[in-house]
Amino acid sequence: MKNNNTEDMHSRWHDMGGKPAGKLEFSEHDFELWEKRVDALMVLASSKGYFTVDGLRRVLEDMGEKAFSEMTYYERWMASINQNLVEAGAYTLQELGEKMAEVANRGLTYGECNAQEIEEDMNES
Amino acid sequence: MKVKVKKMFPPGHVRTPSYLRGKIGEVERDLGYFKNPEELAYGLNAHKQKLYRVRFEMNEIWGETCENPSDTVDAEIYEHWLEKV
Amino acid sequence: MPHDHNNEMSPSGHPYRKDQDHPLTYWQNLEIAVREILVEKKITTEIEIQETINEMDNRTPSNGAKVIAKAWTDPSYKQRLLTNASDASRELGFDIGPLKLIALENTKSIHNVIVCTLCSCYPRNLLGLPPDWYKQRSYRSRIVKTPRTVLKEFGLDLPKDLSVRVHDSTADMRYIVLPMRPHGTENFSTQALEKLVTRDSMIGVGLPKSA
Repeated sequence: MKNNNTEDMHSRWHDMGGKPAGKLEFSEHDFELWEKRVDALMVLASSKGYFTVDGLRRVLEDMGEKAFSEMTYYERWMASINQNLVEAGAYTLQELGEKMAEVANRGLTYGECNAQEIEEDMNES
Repeated sequence: MKVKVKKMFPPGHVRTPSYLRGKIGEVERDLGYFKNPEELAYGLNAHKQKLYRVRFEMNEIWGETCENPSDTVDAEIYEHWLEKV
Repeated sequence: MPHDHNNEMSPSGHPYRKDQDHPLTYWQNLEIAVREILVEKKITTEIEIQETINEMDNRTPSNGAKVIAKAWTDPSYKQRLLTNASDASRELGFDIGPLKLIALENTKSIHNVIVCTLCSCYPRNLLGLPPDWYKQRSYRSRIVKTPRTVLKEFGLDLPKDLSVRVHDSTADMRYIVLPMRPHGTENFSTQALEKLVTRDSMIGVGLPKSA
């Protein structure tokens, strides 16, 4: 008997070439500010040597197919950027957890929870 | 130069698409040396690997029932994934 | 909640902004926190982040259109583009960073199209961010197996005697298609030609606009 360990069934979910798929969907959308910031964080973290695009891809792949269908593109990027920064020692999970809680308590929306915009609001009033 | 892509399936981050593994193609050009993404992805000190652009015929990849046998796919494949034919 | 406020003011008394009036999501929360930590640790600054966003916003398909139109009107530039598309792009003043670009020439017998089956690699440092369909499973899966069927969905019906060359961006190179110059544009200025070059024609899923 022969095993099947050199068969395509062992290819990974993100490796999509030639696999069955439906027709194209042509909806396009403009990126939101927070998505552009995620993109910028990737550009800056990699240019400063914390990790490379290969690390970004490795975590995206390891997040699995479920994340691909349930999270948006830049949500997945944000999760991966954070994972890579933690692995590179840029900050600790304690620092992150405390900062996230502080941010969440600032208000209801993305705009309200941005410290910079809170300062701008205060300057206006 | 004809080359064959190694048919192996290590779990982990690699940049050789599975649909090309085990397939034979023609080197289109030599791109020079690049750091190995299989090491970079894990934050390791990556070694440089030679990278080639390889051209594959559609019927080599998908068989005789392919959409059009005169069409091709080019892909960049690192040397450690290639063997001479 | 975003959809049941009667006036157009947020609870803090300020106007809602289009992309900022939804309750903060977990991942947005993470983005703000990571950004602020990186700024506090002086790894980056808010200004540097904004400048990076501005740089990306300035990268649009019109940059690529200038490269293509120049190649259509200047044979020696076209040769330089086909030899080294990164240097040829920089020659026109585009800051494309470390992008390693290869230009693929369409001819009467060859039609080129680009994809990244493994993720979403795209010549973003010249053309800006990729369209949504470029990142979707449908395009990534099928363009390497049935390119003609996929191109038909884009409205491009290619004759059988034209070879389709699909280019899978699997490693360090990025690609741009040099489409054929449309007929009847012999007297067009380079600026007029730029307007005919579409994003899709530089990906290879479309043709330039006709004269």
